[in-house]
Amino acid sequence: MHVVIVGAGEVGTTIAENLAADHDVVVIDIDADRVDSLQYELDVLTIAGDGTVLSTLESANVAKADLFIASTDDDQTNLVACGTAKTLSDVFTIARTRSVEYLRTWERTEAAFGADFVVCTDLLSAETVVRVIGLPAAIDVDPFAGGLVQMAEFEIDPESPVAGQTVAEADRFDSLTFAGLFRNGDMILPTGQTVINPNDRAVVIGSPESVQAFATDIDPETTPGAADEIVIVGGSAIGYQVARLLEQRGFKPRLIERDADRARWLAEQLPKTTVMQHDATDTAFLSREHIDKADVVVSTLDSDEKNLLASVLAKRVGADRVVSIVDSGDYVTLFEEVGIDVVINPRQVTAEEIIKYTYETVAENIAVLENDAAEVVELELSANSELVGVPIAELVPSLDAELVIGAITRNRSFVTPRGDTVLQPGDHVIVFVETSYVNELTGMA
Amino acid sequence: MAFSPVRVGWRASLDLAGQVLVYLAVPLAFPLAIAVYYGESVLPFVATIAVTLTIGSAFRYLSDPDENLGPREAFFAVALIWLLVAVIGSIPFLVVGVGTTAHPVNAMFEAMSGLTTTGATVFGDGDFAAHSRSVLMWRQVIQWLGGLGILILATAVLSELGVGGAQLMETETQTKDVNKLTPKISETAQLIWGLYVGITALAVVVYYGLGVSGLAPNMDLYNAIAHAFTSVATAGFSPEADSMGAFAPIVQWAAIPFMLVGSTSFVLLYLFIYGEPERLLKNQEFHFYIGVFVLSSALISMLLAFDGGISYGLEETVRHAAFNAASILTTTGYASADFALWSPGATYVLFLLMFIGGMVGSTTCSIKSLRWLVALKSFRRLLFTSIHPEAIRPIRISGRPVDENTIRDIYSYLLLSIVIFVLLTIVIVANNERVGAPIGVFDAMGAAASTFLNIGPAFGEAGPYGTYDGFPMSTKIVMIVLMWIGRIEIIPVLVLFTRSFWTS
Repeated sequence: MHVVIVGAGEVGTTIAENLAADHDVVVIDIDADRVDSLQYELDVLTIAGDGTVLSTLESANVAKADLFIASTDDDQTNLVACGTAKTLSDVFTIARTRSVEYLRTWERTEAAFGADFVVCTDLLSAETVVRVIGLPAAIDVDPFAGGLVQMAEFEIDPESPVAGQTVAEADRFDSLTFAGLFRNGDMILPTGQTVINPNDRAVVIGSPESVQAFATDIDPETTPGAADEIVIVGGSAIGYQVARLLEQRGFKPRLIERDADRARWLAEQLPKTTVMQHDATDTAFLSREHIDKADVVVSTLDSDEKNLLASVLAKRVGADRVVSIVDSGDYVTLFEEVGIDVVINPRQVTAEEIIKYTYETVAENIAVLENDAAEVVELELSANSELVGVPIAELVPSLDAELVIGAITRNRSFVTPRGDTVLQPGDHVIVFVETSYVNELTGMA
Repeated sequence: MAFSPVRVGWRASLDLAGQVLVYLAVPLAFPLAIAVYYGESVLPFVATIAVTLTIGSAFRYLSDPDENLGPREAFFAVALIWLLVAVIGSIPFLVVGVGTTAHPVNAMFEAMSGLTTTGATVFGDGDFAAHSRSVLMWRQVIQWLGGLGILILATAVLSELGVGGAQLMETETQTKDVNKLTPKISETAQLIWGLYVGITALAVVVYYGLGVSGLAPNMDLYNAIAHAFTSVATAGFSPEADSMGAFAPIVQWAAIPFMLVGSTSFVLLYLFIYGEPERLLKNQEFHFYIGVFVLSSALISMLLAFDGGISYGLEETVRHAAFNAASILTTTGYASADFALWSPGATYVLFLLMFIGGMVGSTTCSIKSLRWLVALKSFRRLLFTSIHPEAIRPIRISGRPVDENTIRDIYSYLLLSIVIFVLLTIVIVANNERVGAPIGVFDAMGAAASTFLNIGPAFGEAGPYGTYDGFPMSTKIVMIVLMWIGRIEIIPVLVLFTRSFWTS
């Protein structure tokens, strides 16, 4: 595959590093020195130049490229680069943005900006934070369909209230599908009557809200509930998104923001969040507001130094679990060494998301489960797909494989798959399927 | 003392006022037609039309087309229009020269009470019989015009002035939504007028239908029109001395929804009819307003049921409670019974209802539900922020945050209203004392609230079947001024009396 990457920052370099072994990679950066040093570090072709200029892209041979990744630190540059690349060929373009606004625009018509895929750093980081906070009991969690659908795998503890229940009893959520059970390494496709045994591993697919609620059912001890105290320090774009996603999942977080205007704006946008306008490093304030009793503290301030200070302080006053955003990859280990429980680097999260994308062919998104016994794949159905037009109740038995349709998204909204649901072209279908059948299935999409 | 130059383009204000006075000839033609139909004297209306056309034209002649109508000019124009229309509206009473309204102050009181949709009357016992049908209809027409005028102020043309609580309406987005339907402001106004006329027409049909079907034999077409005008305008005049009590119970039941609708935001009503009913049904102010109506009706029903001096049946108890609660809450001022004779508990509930009022963007008067809702919510916030001083808690109405400046304005408005109400009460008590006709404090408070907040009937002598004629002339003059101030929500009038309005 011929891959062109614009921007040789942390994200671009990480992606180039991962792809260089198996693909022809061209890296474009405006900084000639950076380009020079990269040339010695990695086995890639480098070009010094502006990635939004046609001549630069021509010299990178974008016309022949299979994949075009715009991953500079500047949103507009990335979007313009994708638009420019599209004038040369129908190359698949991926744009990195910070701003959620551009992502929302792109979601309206996916032709916007000439980008075929938009990875939003802030939102992705926030989703990661919320997954870490919300589902500590899950062995594995993966988002699908731009975050509308979640797959989660749980091990059923013998103490769990659902141990010994049937699937029909345990799955009391409309938008949740009980996709599969692993028992002693064997895959079981459950029916309503299947009994959930202790130590089974359960794979569920559904809306993030229903997965969250299910996690509370199976492991009420470790899963935070609405009563748990979650404190977000710093109303940055990521902090705002974390609060918003937590609200969606039924939490009532508290958010501390120093700037008065920003605090007011946040309070207006977040009706279920208690916004407090104060300096989060004031220990008297922290103890007055009982931050020391918090179950989770998330530090999303706008600089690594402040995040370090706030996280260490939160840990010191006695917060149970501290999650921090760290902008610079170099500091990740430092944060971990001083005892911060979870450290999330937006650039790393973004690079991983883009790399994951490059692995995938027709299937948009894949999660591999239980030593490759089964996978959860996301398919976008084409107009001539073999899967469209037949009710699911007839479709699934006609396929010679063990599979469960876990969730469908249609026009960016969640559709619960039922026996009489008919798949349509353009649907995103999230399927739990045995690994040996994945290739055949993706061929049918 | 040197005079600073006047910086208000008063000629532009005169131009607008002049236009309104010229157009006032059109509604005056309606009682004129009634007079012709019943063979009554046409002189009162011919004379009034002549006066309004003359003054209107003179104003337009004085006006300067180059001057722009900015916010100051609009304030001045609004205050001027409400005053002048009331003055001209009093002319028919003076020309006729019958009963109490032969006196200029009384005539002015009646006209101002009409135009401000108050519904307080100085008519004495025999006056309803003494006046011609056309003059009685003029009282109804002027109320309907007053309702229309306030709707235009509150929802469309001059909504920037914030009269009628327009600046409160879902923090501006409400008016913007209607403007989105029609980019031109005059078209927005037409939608609202259309709705107002439509609901009035519906009321005529319903009332007259009850009349012709024999359910309410004395509800003829004349009465149907007369009461439709003052129901939807939440105004309260009636050509009958017994108000709505003159008609069958079914008419009173039918009037309740029309009063309630007249007091509901017309913008939300418009959206309700044209495809977005949830905007009204999920509106918190609407919930609050309807909640107050239901609770107060239930409370009054209970108080009436336990009142030993009253022997209503079940239907009668509920009807009188609901009807009079709706009448006072919506600031209409009809009566189905003489509630001045009820036990103190029930009358106190009615007295409290006077201060609430209906929704912003309607024909209602008084303080309005939205202001109370915002104030109550911000009291509740105060309890929270006193424990968590750093917490930022926007006040939300129907999910939308309310601007902090608006909240401060609402506090000042509430305070100002209460202060003016107390001052008026003192004036009433002191003045009555002076002329040797002492008045009870509760009756004085009722009369003060009822006139300043534009409700209509009060308690005691000024009760629903009584008259304001007994007050001294000087008290009546103060009431006229306060009805005027209260109707256009205090600020546009008070601002005229500040030096900086004129000079800086």
